[in-house]
Amino acid sequence: MSPIVLLGVLLLLSAAAYHVGRRKAFAMAGAGGRAVRLHSRPTYHGALVALWCALPALLLFGLWLSFENAIVTRMVLERLPESLRSQPPDRLNLLVNDIRNIAAGHFDAAAAEPAIREAAAAYQRLRGLSRQALSAAVIALAALVAVFVRRRLRPSLRARNHVEGILTALLVACSTIAIFTTLGIVLSVVYEAVLFFRIIPFWEFLFGLNWSPQMAIRADQVGASGAFGAVPVFLGTALISAIAMTVAVPIGLMSAIYLSEYAGKTFRSIAKPLIEILAGIPTVVYGFFAALTVAPFVRDLGAVFGLGVASESALAAGVVMGIMIIPFVCSLSDDFINAVPQALRDGAYSLGATRSETIRRVILPAALPGIMGGILLAVSRAIGETMIVVMAAGLAANLTVNPLKAVTTVTVQIVTLLIGDQEFDSPKTLAAFALGLVLFVVTLVLNVIALYIVRRYREQYE
Amino acid sequence: MFTLTRVEEAMTKGTERERTTGEEPSAGGRPERESRETVGTVTVENPRMVCRGVNVFYGDKQAIRNVSIDIGRNEVLAMIGPSGCGKSTFIRCLNRMNDTIEGCRVTGEILLDGVNIYDRKVDVVPLRAQVGMVFQKPNPFPKSVYENVAYGPRIHGLARDRTELDRIVETALRKAGLWEEVKDRLNEPGTGLSGGQQQRLCIARTIAVNPEIILMDEPCSALDPIATSVIEDLIFELRTQYSICIVTHSMQQAARVSQRTAYFHLGDLIEVGPTERIFTNPRHPLTQDYITGRFG
Ligand SMILES: Nc1ncnc2c1ncn2[C@@H]1O[C@H](COP(=O)(O)OP(=O)(O)OP(=O)(O)O)[C@@H](O)[C@H]1O
Ligand SMILES: [Mg+2]
Repeated sequence: MSPIVLLGVLLLLSAAAYHVGRRKAFAMAGAGGRAVRLHSRPTYHGALVALWCALPALLLFGLWLSFENAIVTRMVLERLPESLRSQPPDRLNLLVNDIRNIAAGHFDAAAAEPAIREAAAAYQRLRGLSRQALSAAVIALAALVAVFVRRRLRPSLRARNHVEGILTALLVACSTIAIFTTLGIVLSVVYEAVLFFRIIPFWEFLFGLNWSPQMAIRADQVGASGAFGAVPVFLGTALISAIAMTVAVPIGLMSAIYLSEYAGKTFRSIAKPLIEILAGIPTVVYGFFAALTVAPFVRDLGAVFGLGVASESALAAGVVMGIMIIPFVCSLSDDFINAVPQALRDGAYSLGATRSETIRRVILPAALPGIMGGILLAVSRAIGETMIVVMAAGLAANLTVNPLKAVTTVTVQIVTLLIGDQEFDSPKTLAAFALGLVLFVVTLVLNVIALYIVRRYREQYE
Repeated sequence: MFTLTRVEEAMTKGTERERTTGEEPSAGGRPERESRETVGTVTVENPRMVCRGVNVFYGDKQAIRNVSIDIGRNEVLAMIGPSGCGKSTFIRCLNRMNDTIEGCRVTGEILLDGVNIYDRKVDVVPLRAQVGMVFQKPNPFPKSVYENVAYGPRIHGLARDRTELDRIVETALRKAGLWEEVKDRLNEPGTGLSGGQQQRLCIARTIAVNPEIILMDEPCSALDPIATSVIEDLIFELRTQYSICIVTHSMQQAARVSQRTAYFHLGDLIEVGPTERIFTNPRHPLTQDYITGRFG
């Protein structure tokens, strides 16, 4: 039985268990379900039996499958001739892969050595055996537990409380998965970053003014200074994000105000989806729009005014990123403005306020927490955005706030540090993790600030 | 006290009556049926507002049928009637608050000092400053108590400086009977007050801009008897200069504060007359039923 089929069978079993449990509960309740008072309603008895039928079996199923491979592999390896078995670990790994591939039918078995062919056959046989045993064990366990729990059903059994306890535990387990994933990612980034800071001092990284992460592979190489001062990179990110927000916030907010307060129904129903399409354009497309259209335009425009504009400028990247972010700001602000109750508008209008007075003094303040949230979300989008900057802003880590020069950003540097062949423990690669850590911390701080503002505002006004 | 069940009973009675008179089913957009004729004199001498043949539709549904009524100077007009009969709908027409409701259409004439307020040329902003409104549900702004009241005077530039603004705010709050309760918490959010306090805050907010006509939609429904009598005193005082329309479910209140009373029933204006006459000697059977609580 393949695992999928087994899961299906298990599902059917627990459905049956549900019915059995419920039937028994009805039987216990007696004539018309009234004779004996049950502590919990029959459906809860059914659910309890079903849950007990499914959960232990599922647990067994998961554990079995996660250890099966290792155990079967070990058993197969033990049967191999000594000459093959005594290889160094990485060669052995390749061998194991070969065996598995042959067993799965990906490789032609005829071309392989007889010993390996034999091992593949053994692998296949053992695994088949394991699957059969698994099916038997799971079904037996499910049925046994279900029968056992069914026999323990009593009118006084607090089935509802048990079921709800189990459900709560499930919910808790699901939420901890998210927490542990986050924790795992953070810890791995921190670990690599700490390795980096062993080589390059923390303060040098954080406050150094020079970024050129090319490490010399040979001592006599030129242009490989290996400086890891990240300030130019941070500054570039800040500059581009600032330009993006200068474009996105006014345009997004004003279009949101127009859409929700002034525009007619028809215009709104056409314009809102159109603006939201902007959010659906892949960032790569924005990237070449920035690199091929906006950047040359900015350069030519600069030439008209006698300004020397780099062909890859922060301005071009920032403006295009701003355009990309407009729908975020617009859509979220629009939602929050619409959520302001009509009664508040009526109150302002009835005092003789004009539309713009109502918007400025009543609606925007009331919608502000949401709008702030939208804007901060957009900022973290901007900070994390990669593709546009890679294509339009360049790689040069210039220490400048001049939007007409080429700059680089944290995300771009992470990308360039990690592509290409290099060892995974060189400072160059590890620097990517340090940058990632900083990015993570900054986004976290932004979110905390956003939450703080929103909460303070709420306390004041609700 | 007139209980809600009785009002509802009165309504169902009304509907039954209509059915027995055999009305035609409605045809989209057109009046579902002919309006009932209003009993009593709708006109007054030298009126402030004049409504003639007012119909209000929500989409295809007609909520007000051919209502004509005058609002006099220095008079309090009470509007009574069972729940859902269109009192709020009608009173909102008087300062064009229905403009903000999608699908709401008003036909007929409403004149303020001889000018049709639904005329294209009329600007609703000064109109609403002139005809203020207190809503059925309190709707304070999410601002401080002070800012709630100061909002109107600010946008209309009624105060030259902060001290004058402070005075306006205090006077308005005093008149609404709220000053003593909030004078120490002027900077706290208006939405943090109790329901009745919020309602009085909205009243203060409305009178702070000195409207000449004040529309009050059940201003006392959330108030205790003491706060109610403060508001009624305010109405007495305001009447010396202004006109007031008040919607109320309390007959006693209508009898206490108003000079004229209008009885609405299912979108029709059934009867209008001097308050005393309406309460002592109603002419229309529907009015009688409603006033006396006698059904039959
Ligand atoms: N925004 C709206 N859209 C559609 N129909 C509405 C709307 N507002 C009110 N109505 C309908 O118009 C009729 C009159 O409502 P209105 O609010 O004027 O009643 P009312 O007399 O103020 O009642 P109450 O005493 O309960 O406040 C009701 O049938 C109601 O369902
Ligand atoms: Mg009403």
